[in-house]
Amino acid sequence: MSRQANRGTESKKMSSELFTLTYGALVTQLCKDYENDEDVNKQLDKILFSNFLPRGFNIGVRLIEDFLARSNVGRCHDFRETADVIAKVAFKMYLGITPSITNWSPAGDEFSLILENNPLVDFVELPDNHSSLIYSNLLCGVLRGALEMVQMAVEAKFVQDTLKGDGVTEIRMRFIRRIEDNLPAGEE
Amino acid sequence: MADTVLFEFLHTEMVAELWAHDPDPGPGVSAGSRGEEVGATTGQKMSLSVLESMGFRVGQALGERLPRETLAFREELDVLKFLCKDLWVAVFQKQMDSLRTNHQGTYVLQDNSFPLLLPMASGLQYLEEAPKFLAFTCGLLRGALCTLGIESVVTASVAALPVCKFQVLIPKS
Repeated sequence: MSRQANRGTESKKMSSELFTLTYGALVTQLCKDYENDEDVNKQLDKILFSNFLPRGFNIGVRLIEDFLARSNVGRCHDFRETADVIAKVAFKMYLGITPSITNWSPAGDEFSLILENNPLVDFVELPDNHSSLIYSNLLCGVLRGALEMVQMAVEAKFVQDTLKGDGVTEIRMRFIRRIEDNLPAGEE
Repeated sequence: MADTVLFEFLHTEMVAELWAHDPDPGPGVSAGSRGEEVGATTGQKMSLSVLESMGFRVGQALGERLPRETLAFREELDVLKFLCKDLWVAVFQKQMDSLRTNHQGTYVLQDNSFPLLLPMASGLQYLEEAPKFLAFTCGLLRGALCTLGIESVVTASVAALPVCKFQVLIPKS
């Protein structure tokens, strides 16, 4: 194999792990930041939960623009279409995986994304004192932020997590309401 | 495999998150009378070094995943070239724009359109904010060098966005 070909593969390999490693370093750092304080340590998982959602939200807000610019996907007409686009286009584009969509509620306003493997948790183990940490919670924030920018208020949460010993990772998505835009503040 | 834009967005949020702890440096820093200014500066320095050490961990981990053959560099300059080409392409999808050295352990790596600064501004606006966005990357370089067997000190400077220079100092043993 020529040296050039080797180089390409190395770059790709490094590139694919950069996000995972950076995310891991961030979580580790945030755990460390709070570890000195006994009381805070008990709250740590809750703090990380509440901190990560808005950070993830901000990422989602920017991500949707990137997504719409690159994916040529048109407006989704209902939540089912949205689910398809999220799983088959967005997850594939950004994380290289295609979760499956299951467990639709009868009203069609809730579904589950099942991730056989979660790239965020490659090489990750939760230490005992953080066994309840929702490690990948950033993802929920990203999903909410992105969808809010296309006028959908949703809730996203982890209901199964391979990091906690479950067989798969499952994110439950729930449609709350359509966000009407262009309303001046204070008017309904 | 994560898309590269995810790293850029995450980096922005990371800087914001770590900076958010600034005015109140948090547990582990002793309380006591300190002027708001002094407290802020100490906090900022801590945040910069926190970002740098996170970058260091990631740089080390990236380096560790390289196959052994890659690591057989003949000279120090080859290592720096590797950082400027392969590492930079992997992380920022572009090569470093220039590499200069005095052949005595000092290297200046210049990126004329550093992707983490590009979205911010061009010119002198936000110059004060620039260091926060460089700390992680300095650590990344230092970490990669460390895995490749080289101890270094890496700093960065910006004269005008988005051009920035990374200075790598490798002390002679």
